[in-house]
Amino acid sequence: MQDSPSVGLVAPQTAHFKDPLTLKSGEILPQFDIVYETYGTLNSSKSNAVLICHALSGNHHAAGKHADTDKHPGWWDNLIGPGKPLDTNRFFVIALNNLGGCHGSTGPASINPATGKPWGSKFPMLTVEDWVASQAGLADHLGIEQLAAVVGGSLGGMQALQWTLAYPDRVRHALVIASAPNLTAQNLAFNEVARQAIMTDPEFYDGDYYEKETVPRRGLRIARMLGHITYLSDDAMGAKFGRKLRDGNFKYNFDVEFEMESYLRYQGDKFATAFDANSYLRMTKALDYFDPAFTYHGDLSLALAKAKAKFLVVSFTSDWRFSPARSKEIVKALLDNELSVSYAEVTAAHGHDAFLMPDAHYHQILRAYINNISTGASA
Amino acid sequence: MSTKFARAAEQRHDFALIANWIQPKSKVLDLGCGDGALLGYLRDKLEIKAYGVENDDTNLLDCISNGISVIQMDLEAGLAGFDSLSFDYVILSQTLQAMVNTEGVLREMLRVGKQGIITFPNFGYWRHRIQLMAGHMPVSDRLPHQWYNTPNLHLCTIDDFESLCDKMGIRITDRIIINEGNTVNFMPNLLGSLAIYRFEQAWPITY
Repeated sequence: MQDSPSVGLVAPQTAHFKDPLTLKSGEILPQFDIVYETYGTLNSSKSNAVLICHALSGNHHAAGKHADTDKHPGWWDNLIGPGKPLDTNRFFVIALNNLGGCHGSTGPASINPATGKPWGSKFPMLTVEDWVASQAGLADHLGIEQLAAVVGGSLGGMQALQWTLAYPDRVRHALVIASAPNLTAQNLAFNEVARQAIMTDPEFYDGDYYEKETVPRRGLRIARMLGHITYLSDDAMGAKFGRKLRDGNFKYNFDVEFEMESYLRYQGDKFATAFDANSYLRMTKALDYFDPAFTYHGDLSLALAKAKAKFLVVSFTSDWRFSPARSKEIVKALLDNELSVSYAEVTAAHGHDAFLMPDAHYHQILRAYINNISTGASA
Repeated sequence: MSTKFARAAEQRHDFALIANWIQPKSKVLDLGCGDGALLGYLRDKLEIKAYGVENDDTNLLDCISNGISVIQMDLEAGLAGFDSLSFDYVILSQTLQAMVNTEGVLREMLRVGKQGIITFPNFGYWRHRIQLMAGHMPVSDRLPHQWYNTPNLHLCTIDDFESLCDKMGIRITDRIIINEGNTVNFMPNLLGSLAIYRFEQAWPITY
């Protein structure tokens, strides 16, 4: 691996919020914690902050390492750092773990103050709107009135879009990458299969598996395997695994025979030990619910009329889960509102996962756009 | 940034001529906008709302670097992402001759824009004619490629273009023919190397 500039060692912080948060569902989260990391330095006018929103299984650890011995840096380390496309010499970058997550922010495994036991099945449903509201709370906590930019891929892109609708005066630029204005029926279907895998696991106990000291590992594993199939393109899978056999010959049993199976099982196992099933269920529901045009009779242009930010929308040619056509719907609605928008359709083989890859052209586009983002406040 | 676009305009005599036809603060779409220099020039000079369409990755990147709003799409597929009559002007600068679907792009220009502005190299320019008479495909400042590597598919003369407009019910409102930066009024189809037109739909069309 080449030596690339890094933000170095970082440590997560926790912000406590004592005031209750009324959620879109009507339920109330009485108090909550948000775990976050920051990279770079906030300038004196507090006008150079960039918020990173994570996707389905992401977290607050977006760049750098927690210890020198860490095998991997944060999940978007190829983007964030000194001299990188999102240059921490210029910007103060904030990454957080969304509510309902399982990396330190208040989530289903946290203790419910009303019962003294883990929330489990009682943890409320969260929406993209709720996340953005809590992220605005985090910005307040850090004394930041206006973000220079909000950046997100996939579900993170939905949050970036939602920021421009919920807080049009608090965000100057939105980078909406490999995202969509809502999920297609096919996407809803994938999410439902993933949830059914988890909820029918005998160790799920309707979501209250913490007190049983079990984990619905099998369900979570299958959910993740399914997810992985949809994040990659057929071509990318073909190139990486093809029909390669582990031992060169068929064994005529149900052990791992194809490299593809080996990869999926590995990814599933890794995820099942690292992620909380209740969190996964809620993340997929937040994806399902996101639909800013819903209250505007499906008219996305009308829904985006509130936005004032400037936009960069990026899609990837081989992404069939959040296809370029979905990004173009966002672009069209922004154009209808005469907002400043650039749209790049990046030729990439990696499918939906391409947004996390350091593709040269993709990163050049991000770098060029971000270079033009002012670090000074605007009216 | 602004001086950069002004410098580009010094090299491109058609920029200032196009600017003369555009109302300040209007909404302009430039199809095949290259690095965005024309849009940047018009934006700085006339405070227009500027958008470009570009399909080439390198040009797209240049536009984004230049701070120009640019949409990556293939013009040949039409302008599906743009509402009818949502722009005051749609510009097609030295791109028409490289389009497969010539009539389609002209139609789309006047669907999306209230007026169209187009520039193209005049194939009837005398230097081109001489080369043809000498038995070779023309190569010039305006047509710098060889026949075997040219992106140009549909070259035309000024008279040819005007016949097509006539056939399509397109009314030409303004025309400037230039050669080496000077306006050509005498025998433009022979003496002009670059044609610049402004046009609109001759009869109302409902969409």
